[in-house]
Amino acid sequence: MTAAALSLEAQVFSALATVFDPELDQPVTELGFVRSVTIDDEGVEVHLRLPTSFCAPNFAYLMVSDAYEALAELPDVGRIRVLLDDHHDSAKINGGVAAGAGYLGTFGVEAEQNLDELRRTFQRKAHLAAVERCCRAVLAGGVWTLEELPMLELFDLAEGRLKSALLRRREAIGLPTGSHARVLVDHIGRPAGTPDTALWLRLAAATRISIEGNAHFCRGLLATRYADPVGAAPVVVNTRSRS
Amino acid sequence: MYEKDGEQYYVVDGHVHIWDARESNHRNVHGKQFIDCFYDYHRNLSPDEMIWDYDTYTYYGPERFMKDVFGDGHVDHAIFQATLLRDFYHRCFGQTGECLDLVRQHPGKLTYNHAYDPRDREEGLEQLRRDAEQMQLKGVKLYTAEWHGDSRGYRLDDPWSRRYLEACLELGIKNIHVHKGPTIRPLDRDAFDVADIDHVATDYLDLNFIVEHVGLPRLEDFCWIATQESNVYGGLAVVMPFIHARPRYFAQIIGELLYWLGEDKILFGSDYALWTPQWLVERFVDFQIPADLPEYPEITVAQKKKILGLNAASLYDLEVPRALQLPAEADAGTR
Repeated sequence: MTAAALSLEAQVFSALATVFDPELDQPVTELGFVRSVTIDDEGVEVHLRLPTSFCAPNFAYLMVSDAYEALAELPDVGRIRVLLDDHHDSAKINGGVAAGAGYLGTFGVEAEQNLDELRRTFQRKAHLAAVERCCRAVLAGGVWTLEELPMLELFDLAEGRLKSALLRRREAIGLPTGSHARVLVDHIGRPAGTPDTALWLRLAAATRISIEGNAHFCRGLLATRYADPVGAAPVVVNTRSRS
Repeated sequence: MYEKDGEQYYVVDGHVHIWDARESNHRNVHGKQFIDCFYDYHRNLSPDEMIWDYDTYTYYGPERFMKDVFGDGHVDHAIFQATLLRDFYHRCFGQTGECLDLVRQHPGKLTYNHAYDPRDREEGLEQLRRDAEQMQLKGVKLYTAEWHGDSRGYRLDDPWSRRYLEACLELGIKNIHVHKGPTIRPLDRDAFDVADIDHVATDYLDLNFIVEHVGLPRLEDFCWIATQESNVYGGLAVVMPFIHARPRYFAQIIGELLYWLGEDKILFGSDYALWTPQWLVERFVDFQIPADLPEYPEITVAQKKKILGLNAASLYDLEVPRALQLPAEADAGTR
């Protein structure tokens, strides 16, 4: 199917589905962070929302600017507006992203450095958690033992959600995705040492639990704050007169 | 004291507040946003029958405090953790005066931990010396992520912060509680980063660093650091109510903490009035790791006793009645 065959609404949602909460490692569309999408002849306006008004502004900024950039990839979308609602820095973030000011330009004296390093930290953690999920599944399968795990290659992983999630995380941090690449490596491709495999996996498990737990917490808070069912679909209005 | 199935538990609630977040105390919209955020935590994680109305939640006063914590709450000793937020509230969020009045009225039952901000430099150091004497401080509660003026927070290993920690050593303030959890307006400084704890814990071995909210949302960073430092502890405030709302997640956190930190370094806290201690204590005593999480061993009664009170009693030199001590400790006391 070509992009042109998809409705603009569907294209907008697929674009937004590529925007992840950096810490929770889940798309904003699944987390319920997309409040509304309005499409008209002029362009597209998306409203985002977060679980509390005290969500860290650096993460909020990343999601708003990522959403803006994802939508800008779409052909013939027109003017793009991405607005964060109900946040203590809504006005600042919305204005800065609309003006293309960048993080430093948006927060001025309040920002000390751009957010690349912060983003990388969470990409590394997301990778570690994805490795752990794959390894758990492999160990549960009973064919591999803990001692053998350092030899595990991408080739050995069953096709499916866990493997594709791991491949996506590997791409994000620049690790090879060839079938003979080792699975049990850190963010720069260093192998987990054999005597430390158990400890290494244990820390990876703590990372996974931490990420999953934060996601539970945020989903619950969002539902409490907006009194709507978790995962409720965003409001979509399309008044565009052309297709 | 709480008793269940013939076992008696000495309970220390390591994290309680008396706050005033009524509209009359809001300095700006952030004062309103802050208490609304707390109220959402309260509504999201409490059992339905434990949810308060909003007005009660914004201010409940000392009488209700005593009833909820000591009357209904099974608590033997409670520790106030100051949350001042002077940039959001006219007369601060935490009510120091009311807390200190209660400490005086109920000797032995309450401890008050005040706060300082190393960005107040020399002036703040002098204030700390006065506070330590007047309030008989054994501990402090610090918010490294708190915005103040143009500053977006501080680190415990900043030079000024180190001078304050040295003053704590000199003044006998040995318990340093640090908020590493839900944010208070941090920006590019990563307010959850627990790396600063690692540095100061190594440098100040005679101080105890209690990481509140066990570093959530960065549990793994906290565990990794705490496992290497002898004087780093984990406070369970904000983790406890998951026992009701997300029991499997609670089991995983407790399982990880017991693995990485061990049973002697985990402290109970309700974060009252975010949650009331009564149901948290009762549920924790009844709690067990689910059978389908075989990676975590069963939690023992002795471990629950330590977490609920004995560990904090040891940090704060509280006198635990002999019947409520663990057998080995009770024996040691008589020798």
